Amino acid sequence: MQIELNGVPAAVPDGARLSDAVALTGRSGDVLMVLDGFQTGEDLPLTPGCRVTVLGRDERPTAETALALLCARNSPGVAEVLQGARVAVAGLGGLGSNVAIELARAGTGCLHLIDFDTVDATNLNRQHYFLQDLGKRKTEALARQIEAITPCCRVLTDPVRVTADNLAALFALDGYVCECFDRAEDKALLVNGVLEQFPETYLVAASGLAGYGSGNAVVTRRVAERFYLCGDGVSAAVPGCGLMAPRAALCASHQAHMILRLILGETAP
Amino acid sequence: MLRINGEESAAVGETLLDYLTAHGYDTNRLAVERNGEIVRKQDYANVRLCDGDEIEIVSFVGGG
Repeated sequence: MQIELNGVPAAVPDGARLSDAVALTGRSGDVLMVLDGFQTGEDLPLTPGCRVTVLGRDERPTAETALALLCARNSPGVAEVLQGARVAVAGLGGLGSNVAIELARAGTGCLHLIDFDTVDATNLNRQHYFLQDLGKRKTEALARQIEAITPCCRVLTDPVRVTADNLAALFALDGYVCECFDRAEDKALLVNGVLEQFPETYLVAASGLAGYGSGNAVVTRRVAERFYLCGDGVSAAVPGCGLMAPRAALCASHQAHMILRLILGETAP
Repeated sequence: MLRINGEESAAVGETLLDYLTAHGYDTNRLAVERNGEIVRKQDYANVRLCDGDEIEIVSFVGGG
């Protein structure tokens, strides 16, 4: 019978089991086995058309194997759709750095990272960077992290400040835009610009994530047909109310999750 | 009557800019949807609120 083994078609005898697939890859010993999205240590029987991924426990996956794993580990059909999506992340601070990492892990095919800034020591309480990144452009530091996580995500970088003048050119090819800026004025500029100039683009913005108020106050709401807003709407970052990792990441996850849902055709918040 | 952020309002006839100014909004930190369509910033002074309008004013606060 025909199966898919590590992303390529393979023939195995009727009655074959996972151990036969492992042998076919030339691997032995301590291996990871994933059968149709289910990771198992049991020598389960194979069925025609099943998808099998076999990898040494410490083996670095090739791009093909990584893609096969992505397809196997996500819900059926999801990885293929995500691989075709291009998402802009505008602002790579506490929101954007976390959004980008999550969307890359989930299998988004192309991320367009936009930020003019460099990593500094005040960022590390909530932003997805490391001490070794200090002084580096956020676009570059994040691109290197994504490269270290998965070979399945193409990363485009624009180390520029978004302005009324460059907005139309910057976002022309992005089907989805995630607004992750820090300043309220920058948020408004991007939201107005994208909604005015790209009526076919989905926009997911954020407002209200500072402090340590209830996590359950952070929500996603649909403001207009293609405009979603995440956050509690009111918690501004001001003296006395700082930005902290859990709530910033919580809001970032709301944004990444909504983007993922939109890519998969789910429009309800 | 019209609705602004879900609440009934009697601001029929006012320009959007007048309404925003009177209610203390900072126009550099918001976006306005009128009946599901974004209102361009340069139109705030010209758009008059009409009976039956659904207005959504989204104010942004800092933090990201």
